[in-house]
Amino acid sequence: MSDLWAGLSQIGVLLLCLAAAYKPLGDYLARVFTSERHWKLESGIYRVIRVDPDSGQRWTTYAAGVLGFSFVSIVLLYLLQRLQAILPLNFGRGAVDPATAFNTAVSFVTNTNWQSYTPEEAMGHVVQMVGLTVQNFVSAGMGICVAIALVRGFVRANTGRIGNVWVDLTRICVRVLLPISFVFAILLVAGGVVMSLSSGFTSTGIDGMQHTTALAPAASQEVIKELGTNGGGIFNGNSAHPFENPQGWTNLIEIFLILVIPVSLTRTFGVLVGSRKQGYTLLSVMGALWGLMLAVIWWAESHPNGPAALLAGGAMEGKESRFGIAGSALFAGSTTGTSTGAVNAAHDSLTGLGGGGALLNMLFAELTPGGVGTGLYSILVIAIIAVFLAGLMVGRTPEYLGKKLGRREVTCSAIAILAMPALVLLGSGIALLLPGIRATMTNSGAHGLSEVLYAYGSASNNNGSAFAGLTVTNDWFEATLGVAMLFGRFVPILAVLRLAGALAAQRKTPPSAGTLPTQGPMFASLVGGTVVLVAALTFVPALALGPIAEALA
Amino acid sequence: MRWFTSVLRQTGAGLRLLIVLTVILGICYPLAVYGVSRIPGLQSNAEGSQVKLDGQVVGSRLIGIDPVAKNPAADPYFHNRASASAKGALGPADPSTSGGSNLSGDSTELRGLLLERKEAIAGREGVTPDRVPADAVTASGSGLDPDIGPAYAELQAPRVARVNHLDPDAVRRLIAEHTAGRQLGMLGAPTVNVLQLNLAIKKLGGSHGR
Repeated sequence: MSDLWAGLSQIGVLLLCLAAAYKPLGDYLARVFTSERHWKLESGIYRVIRVDPDSGQRWTTYAAGVLGFSFVSIVLLYLLQRLQAILPLNFGRGAVDPATAFNTAVSFVTNTNWQSYTPEEAMGHVVQMVGLTVQNFVSAGMGICVAIALVRGFVRANTGRIGNVWVDLTRICVRVLLPISFVFAILLVAGGVVMSLSSGFTSTGIDGMQHTTALAPAASQEVIKELGTNGGGIFNGNSAHPFENPQGWTNLIEIFLILVIPVSLTRTFGVLVGSRKQGYTLLSVMGALWGLMLAVIWWAESHPNGPAALLAGGAMEGKESRFGIAGSALFAGSTTGTSTGAVNAAHDSLTGLGGGGALLNMLFAELTPGGVGTGLYSILVIAIIAVFLAGLMVGRTPEYLGKKLGRREVTCSAIAILAMPALVLLGSGIALLLPGIRATMTNSGAHGLSEVLYAYGSASNNNGSAFAGLTVTNDWFEATLGVAMLFGRFVPILAVLRLAGALAAQRKTPPSAGTLPTQGPMFASLVGGTVVLVAALTFVPALALGPIAEALA
Repeated sequence: MRWFTSVLRQTGAGLRLLIVLTVILGICYPLAVYGVSRIPGLQSNAEGSQVKLDGQVVGSRLIGIDPVAKNPAADPYFHNRASASAKGALGPADPSTSGGSNLSGDSTELRGLLLERKEAIAGREGVTPDRVPADAVTASGSGLDPDIGPAYAELQAPRVARVNHLDPDAVRRLIAEHTAGRQLGMLGAPTVNVLQLNLAIKKLGGSHGR
C-alpha cells in the first residue's frame, strides 16, 4: 500500500472508532450529569468533604468552587515539588526550583501541561503520581464541568442555579475518566508502555558499553494525559518516547483517546438541549477545521521545502520511524486541535508550513475539536457571536436555543474569545522586545519568531505543546508563561460561567418564524466563518512574519 | 463580603475534595495499574521490554542506542538513527533522558549536522552520499528510536556481511525477517529493529564482541 493510502486508511479507522464511541459515550456523559442518583462511593465522598450534593449553586458559587479548587491545587502541587527531597521514590531528584515549580503547578492545574523541565531528571515518581497524575484528572474534569454548566444555562429557565460543582467534578472523575483510564492503561502496557516504580535499568550492550535507561510509572499517566487532553509527558520525549508510545497501534489509540471526549461532548450537548442536530452542527464545524488543518500539516510534511529536509531527503528530523510521516501528522493535527499538547514528533522541527498549521490550529482557540469541555464551551461562545452577527445583519434580537442574546451575553462571549489573542500577542510582543530573550532561541529569523509565538499561543490556549528549541527555563518565561496559562484558562471560564448564570435566569423564548435556525449547513458555515474570521483578524500579521515567511523562503 | 465567605467556604470544600481525589486517583489508581502490570506477560513490558543475552541485559527492544565499533574500519554492526542526545554528530544516545534536536528546517546548524552525518555514513558504507536515506541522518523525536527504515538496513547489509564474514544473501534474509510491515497494513511505517537484527547477526555467527 502506498504511503497515501496507508495514511488515509489510518484516518478512516480513527474516524470509525470515534463514530462508534460517539453515541454511547455522548449519551452516557449526558446521563452522568442529569442522574438524580449518587453512587455509594460518591455519597461517601460528599460526606467526607461535607457538601450537600442535592443543592444547586448560582454561577458565583460555582465559579468560587472552580477558582478555590484550582487555587489549592496549585498550592499543593507547588509544595509537593518543593518538598521532593524528602519524598520517597525521588531517586536523588531534589527540590524543584521555585520558578519551575510555580510554572509546572500552574501548567498542570490549568490543563496546559507545558513542561519547562526534563521529567526523567527533575520529577520523582511520587510527584508524578500523587501530584501530576491527579491534576491530569481533575483539570480535565473541571473543563467538562464548566462546559456542562454552560449547557445547563441553555436548558434551564427562570433559575439562577447551574448545578453543583463538587457533584459534577466527582462524577466526571469517578464515573468517566477513572474507568476508561484503567482499562486503556492495561491495554497500553500490553502494547509495551512501561509501568515501573524503579528509576531505570542498566544494560551492557552488544558493543560492551554500559547504559542506564530511565523507567517510570508511565501507563497510568499516559492514558489520562491523552484522555483528559492534558499532554504532559512522563518522559521528555513525550509520546515520541518508545516507552510512552511503543508502536503504530498504540499511536492510534493515543490519538483516539485525545479526540474521543471532545467529539462525544457535542452529542452530550445535543441530548441535553433536546436536539441532537444542534450537536451535529457544531461537530461538523470542528471536524471540517480539524480535517483542513490535518491536510495542511500532512501535505507539508510529505512535501517538505525547507533546506534541511531537502538535504536529508525527507522531513524525518524529530519524527519516529515507527509512526512515519502520516502517523506524526495525524498526531500533530489532533494534539494541537484539542488542547492536549502531547507530541509524538518534535514540533519545532516540523516544516515551515506544517509547524504553521499546528500553530494556527491552536490559535483557532482550541475548538478543532478543542480540549475536554473547553472545546465545547469555546465553540458555543463562537456560536453565540455568530448568532449575534447574523442578528445584526437582519436587524432582529438574536436568539440561540430559546435564549435571547442581550448585551450581557454578548459581552461575556466577547471577553471569553478575546482573552486568548490578547495574551498571545501582548506576551510575544513584549518578550521579543526584551534584550536577552533572543539569546534563548535555538533558531533565528522567521522561525525564531514562530518559536516565541508558539510558546505564548500554547500557554494561553492551555495546549502545552512547544517549539521546544526555545529555552524557557529563565525566570521571565517561567513567570509570564505561567501568567498566560492562568489568564488563558480562568478569564474564559469566569466569562462562560457568568454567561451560564445569565442564560439560566432567562425564561425560554419559543422559536418564531423569524428565529435563525441554528442547525444545518447554513449555520455551520456561519460558525466556521466566525472561527476563521476571528483568528484571521487577530493573527494574520504575526503568522505572516513567522511561519508563512519561513514556508515561502 | 458574602461573596468572600462563599469563596472561603468553597475553597475549604475544594481542599477536602482534592485530598480525597488524590488518594483515589493519585495513589489507588496508579497502584492498581501497577498491580495488574505484574501479571506475567505484562510485567516484562512494564519493566521496559528488556532484552537478555546469556542472562545479561543487553538493552531494550524499544530503545535504540547506536552500537560503537571498537575498530571503525571493521564495523560489524547495523547502526541506529542519529540522536540529539549523542555526544557527536553520530554515536550512542543517552537513554537516561530523551528528546529531539528541535532544530528547524531552515537551521544552519541542522544543515551542518546533516552534511557531516551524510559524509560519515557514506564513507562507512562505501557509497556516494546521495544514497544515504533521510532517516539515517536525521535525529528522532525521542532520540531513542529503536528502528530504522528497510532502506537504511539494506544500505548497511554489504558491510555487515563483509566484516562478519557472512553470506550477503543470508544477511539480507535476516533483514527481511526482521522487517515489520505496517500494522494492519496501514499503521505507521515499515521498520527494522536494530538491536534484534544485530543479535540475530551475532547468533548467525557474526564476529560481534570478538
